[in-house]
Amino acid sequence: MNSSKTFRNYLLVAPQTLVFVLFLVLPIIAIAIVSFWNFNGFAMTPGFTLNNYLGIFSSRVYLSTYLNTFKFAFLVWLFCLLISYPVAYFLAFHVKSPKWQTILFLICTVPFLTSNIIRMISWIPFLGREGLINQALMGLGITNQPVEIFLFSDFSVILAMVHLYCLFMVAPIFNSMMRIDRSLVTAAEDLGSSPFQIQKEIILPLSASGIAIGSIFVVTLVMGEFATMRIMSGGKSSSVGYLIKNQLDSLQYPLAAANAVVLLIVTLIIVFAILRVVDIRKEL
Amino acid sequence: MAEKKRSLSYYLLAGFFGLFVLFLYGPMSAIFLLSLQGPEGQLTFPMRGFSFHWLKAVFEPQRVGNFVDGFGRSLWLGLIVMLITVVFSVMAGLAFRRKFFGSNLIFYLTISSLIVPSILVSLGIGILFSIVGLDNQWYSSALAGHLTWTLPFAFLIMLGIFGRFNPSYEEAARDLGASDTTTFWQIVFPLIASSVIGVGLLGFTLSYDEFTRTSLISGETNTLPLEIFGMTTNVTSPALYALGTLTTLFSFGLIAIALVAINSLSRQQTR
Repeated sequence: MNSSKTFRNYLLVAPQTLVFVLFLVLPIIAIAIVSFWNFNGFAMTPGFTLNNYLGIFSSRVYLSTYLNTFKFAFLVWLFCLLISYPVAYFLAFHVKSPKWQTILFLICTVPFLTSNIIRMISWIPFLGREGLINQALMGLGITNQPVEIFLFSDFSVILAMVHLYCLFMVAPIFNSMMRIDRSLVTAAEDLGSSPFQIQKEIILPLSASGIAIGSIFVVTLVMGEFATMRIMSGGKSSSVGYLIKNQLDSLQYPLAAANAVVLLIVTLIIVFAILRVVDIRKEL
Repeated sequence: MAEKKRSLSYYLLAGFFGLFVLFLYGPMSAIFLLSLQGPEGQLTFPMRGFSFHWLKAVFEPQRVGNFVDGFGRSLWLGLIVMLITVVFSVMAGLAFRRKFFGSNLIFYLTISSLIVPSILVSLGIGILFSIVGLDNQWYSSALAGHLTWTLPFAFLIMLGIFGRFNPSYEEAARDLGASDTTTFWQIVFPLIASSVIGVGLLGFTLSYDEFTRTSLISGETNTLPLEIFGMTTNVTSPALYALGTLTTLFSFGLIAIALVAINSLSRQQTR
């Protein structure tokens, strides 16, 4: 009886697990293998060489691309956190009726269910040379020439990425805040804690797991980005994802694979670092 | 005094929330407006005239690439992904109500799919297919890539749903002699039906809009997001915005339909 139930569990979980073995585990193994193959400038041939990796670590262009990627990941993460924490806090603690909580949360969620590319290009009417911001600045007489830095700059890349990914921060933080026992806050208030103390001693520690999950999401999303990078920087800035995409377009598979392996290792290190600081298991 | 202070922070945060909503919706409403311009329209404000010119232009293939075919492929792909996602994640959710040997490993395997940068999944599936000698197609390699994105989300939601599920209903059914299959379809499924619609919708929209996990492995034909990405480099008319408006309206319409369905289902249950 018991063993037949266990067998049934394996049957039930088999299709989903098979998808991840076939289309996640095997592909990563394939990338790892190909990253050691030879590349002669035209085609790849099976073999074992460390040249692809040596190329990455000895080239200043590659290293600066990696640094650039970290910079974007850090800044986007920071802004997402600074925006998402108050938003989630407002929804969780200030909106009292569960109905309005759901409605307002859905309002935040809906834009994230439409195309990323569309949401990116929707910044063009605001940021471009003749965009609304420049029109406003010139209309107010602050500048007499359009300011170029709004579009096709680091600024526009970060803005677009924050716009694209902040829900991945809002949702987990909101979720963990909703689990906080409200009587803790009331008790602290009764004992005379200031709002700042309540944030620091109760809400922040108890929502830390949500912040960790959101951070993991945002960091991994930004680390592999190339579409936002290309559209919003106008090709002026680069990231590892963009680099991989370009190498593939010129059929340099082993080089792209080596970069992918390095990118994966770096991303996993960051994820494990976050998991070391915060225990997210209680969230699941 | 304390009361007054609290209300100040309430208004500040409410204002911040309002700005956040404006930040989310403002740009989208801008392209919505700009896609309703006259034929002289540009990519920026002010609006030049008012017409449905650009919305019509989307359906003329030579104007903005092949939107109709891309839409068809994305629609089919989304539907297939939705179906597979729902079936597989409900099955896995059922299995995970009990701990079994290896369940931790399977859990982390599933979650790790969210941690691997999307471009790696795309690249890896592409390389794997080329090693095995399979063609990349939207219905093979791209489908696989999409599942690695939709399944973990659906699985996590399913765990939450079954975590809140009261097993005594099932025990009662079983005590009355119902088979496992009958119990599932008569008792369990109706209770989780509204959540299943939600999961299905999420699967569809995640797939319908997915770009990075499709980008390297869609084969010779493009899905809609890839088509749009291509257009960003060569279309410099409001037709680009019109396409954005149309696909956004399509997504919003779907969400609205699903919300209505979920609402009416959960009302039936409370009755």
